[in-house]
Amino acid sequence: MDNALSEKVPFWLDPKKRSLIYQMFIFCMVGLLAYYLVSNTLTNLKRQSIATGFGFIQKESSFEIGESLIPYSAADTYGRALIVGALNTLKVSFVGIIFSLIIGTLIGVGRLSSNWLVSKISSLYIEVMQDIPILLQLFFWYALFYEALPSPQNSLSPFKGVFLCNRGAAFAVPAAHPAYKYMLLALLIGAITAYAIRRWARKRQEKTGQLFPVFTVSLGLIVVLPLFTWVAFGAPLKMNIPRLSGFNFVGGVTVSPEFIALFLGLVLYTAAFVAEVVRAGIQSVSTGQTEAAMAIGLKKGAILNLVILPQALRVIIPPLTSQMLNLTKNSSLAVAIGYPDFVSVANTTINQTGQSIEGVALIMTIYLIFSLSTSVFMNWYNKKVALVER
Amino acid sequence: MKLLKLSLMVLVLAIFAMTGMAQAGTLQEVQDKGFVQAGVNGGVFGFSMPDEKGIWKGIDADTARAVAAAVFGDANKVKFVALTAVQRLPALQSKEIDILCRNTTQTLTRETTNGLNFVHVNYYDGQGFLIPKKLGIKSAKELDGATVCVLPGTTTEMNAADFFRSNSMKWKPVVIEQTAELSKAFFGGRCDCLTSDVSQLAAHRSVAPNPDDYILLPEIISKEPLAPVVRHGDDQWYDIVNWTVMALIEAEEFGITSKNVDEMLKSKNPQIQRFLGVTPGMGKALGLDEKWAYNIIKQVGNYGEIFERTVGVNTPLGLERGLNELWTKGGIMYAAPLR
Repeated sequence: MDNALSEKVPFWLDPKKRSLIYQMFIFCMVGLLAYYLVSNTLTNLKRQSIATGFGFIQKESSFEIGESLIPYSAADTYGRALIVGALNTLKVSFVGIIFSLIIGTLIGVGRLSSNWLVSKISSLYIEVMQDIPILLQLFFWYALFYEALPSPQNSLSPFKGVFLCNRGAAFAVPAAHPAYKYMLLALLIGAITAYAIRRWARKRQEKTGQLFPVFTVSLGLIVVLPLFTWVAFGAPLKMNIPRLSGFNFVGGVTVSPEFIALFLGLVLYTAAFVAEVVRAGIQSVSTGQTEAAMAIGLKKGAILNLVILPQALRVIIPPLTSQMLNLTKNSSLAVAIGYPDFVSVANTTINQTGQSIEGVALIMTIYLIFSLSTSVFMNWYNKKVALVER
Repeated sequence: MKLLKLSLMVLVLAIFAMTGMAQAGTLQEVQDKGFVQAGVNGGVFGFSMPDEKGIWKGIDADTARAVAAAVFGDANKVKFVALTAVQRLPALQSKEIDILCRNTTQTLTRETTNGLNFVHVNYYDGQGFLIPKKLGIKSAKELDGATVCVLPGTTTEMNAADFFRSNSMKWKPVVIEQTAELSKAFFGGRCDCLTSDVSQLAAHRSVAPNPDDYILLPEIISKEPLAPVVRHGDDQWYDIVNWTVMALIEAEEFGITSKNVDEMLKSKNPQIQRFLGVTPGMGKALGLDEKWAYNIIKQVGNYGEIFERTVGVNTPLGLERGLNELWTKGGIMYAAPLR
């Protein structure tokens, strides 16, 4: 009878079909609107004789970029210049996120410390760093670099092989040798073995209750294997030491003042927020939990790993994700101090080609991609550490 | 923050492009709103920079004033907007400003794919290098491996890249968007040399903590004809701005200054009578008052007067006329006849 009834219902009264029609209608309207906007923009830009399209990406950029992870010269294309910029943004964001997590966690834990001095210093740090706008902090660090440090000719050398001057920090690095490639391989093998041992140990513990010294063994594998490889290759010790030649240092690795200033500014600023997130997370776990864990005889490490962290992390991770996104987006302030990040390179491209709509669209797309991939990763991690509710 | 401003301009440009061009000409719009909106640099002494009382000074600022005097008969009916090198072209394209007087170099790309038109040049410049004396360098060819401070998005940035490439030398650019921040970094010792148009380098040096510690290298590596800019496609407005600059130059050639312009009204010279509107016709042709050129000279002065009070030898910049001298005196400033 139900069937017979539904057959008689005209499609405009069937909620399922009706909603489908509505959605189709809205979809068509949005499509038409988009078409109208795009085609109208194109005709009008053409009337103003402003060039359109992404053809410029293939053209020679003819401008130089201060630092780059891949080989680049003014003879390369705009496309490659933009990739250099994107990689620079990625570099400072990636390193920045790692360091701000480490420093932020330390300070967050420090603020809860029972040591009066440690806790007060941590609070002071958080209050001061949170309250000063990041742009000012960037200007401060950058100016500190070129005002306070000497010229390359009279550079400071706090340690052997390290030089500090207003052109940046130059470090000695081990000179190229085939041994390093095999050491990396050994490290990889060590890490994989350590992971396998950890899985095996956990399974065995679940079955038999026997503990295995996973940490010591893993550490041994990860450190000893590459070290052994190094010795096997005759322990190469030759270093590539930076030396002054002409205007600047050659050899070794030089980190630019722009990168250091941006890195310091972003890390110290974001770490203050991360510290607060971490503190909130730890405080959200009631002390009763710790006491209960102690009462059943768990060790201190186990209490942290098995009781406190799993509960604290689910509070910590979502706001932490937004701090990581903030750091990535704040890195666009690099233009103010001359670090060639994506925005800086895109700005120059916009100005030389005059195609601002395309350029700004590219900037938005790149930041969207960075932010979405960070979110996806953090959501995956969040799911992994979330409590399994029964 | 700066990105936000640029994005806003782009948005305006996009919306403006989407909704279609308003049909009224720029002159009509300027007359309706009652002032000329001029984009300027804001950070280059002698070209456009507010003095301690907040009054805009400089050759570019005065060029914009001359346009206001031509349109309204009042040189003060102008509003200045400070723009960075990156913001300036979108600002003009999106109609945020009516003219751009921001030491901008005329190039083929800017006139074609950027949809802009340059009027008559108001300053002939060239790119050079400013270095600290203690570097002990005599020629730009010795700059191999140097760190160079440069403004982004300028022809300067490309010229420098071309120069180092053609001489197969290595260099490291430090690109900072704000003119003031850039010169701070250079005088702080971040770079071995600062490259820009020679007039700008002189301006930078004049505000250095110790101007005598810095010298200009002899090489001029490019031609930089700096000219006011208007949008493509409004010929009447183009004519007005173009002939305003021409009038400044022509007046100097006739010997008409802000001081003697009233006496010149009685001149028997038919060219001067035509110029000052005693014989009508020129103003009407431009769609302006017949007194347009008289007002420019009376209120702003001729080209020579502007040059001497903003960048000339008696100013902190101390620039010689050089190429910017009249063609009759060995320079290349040459205005088409006003007739």
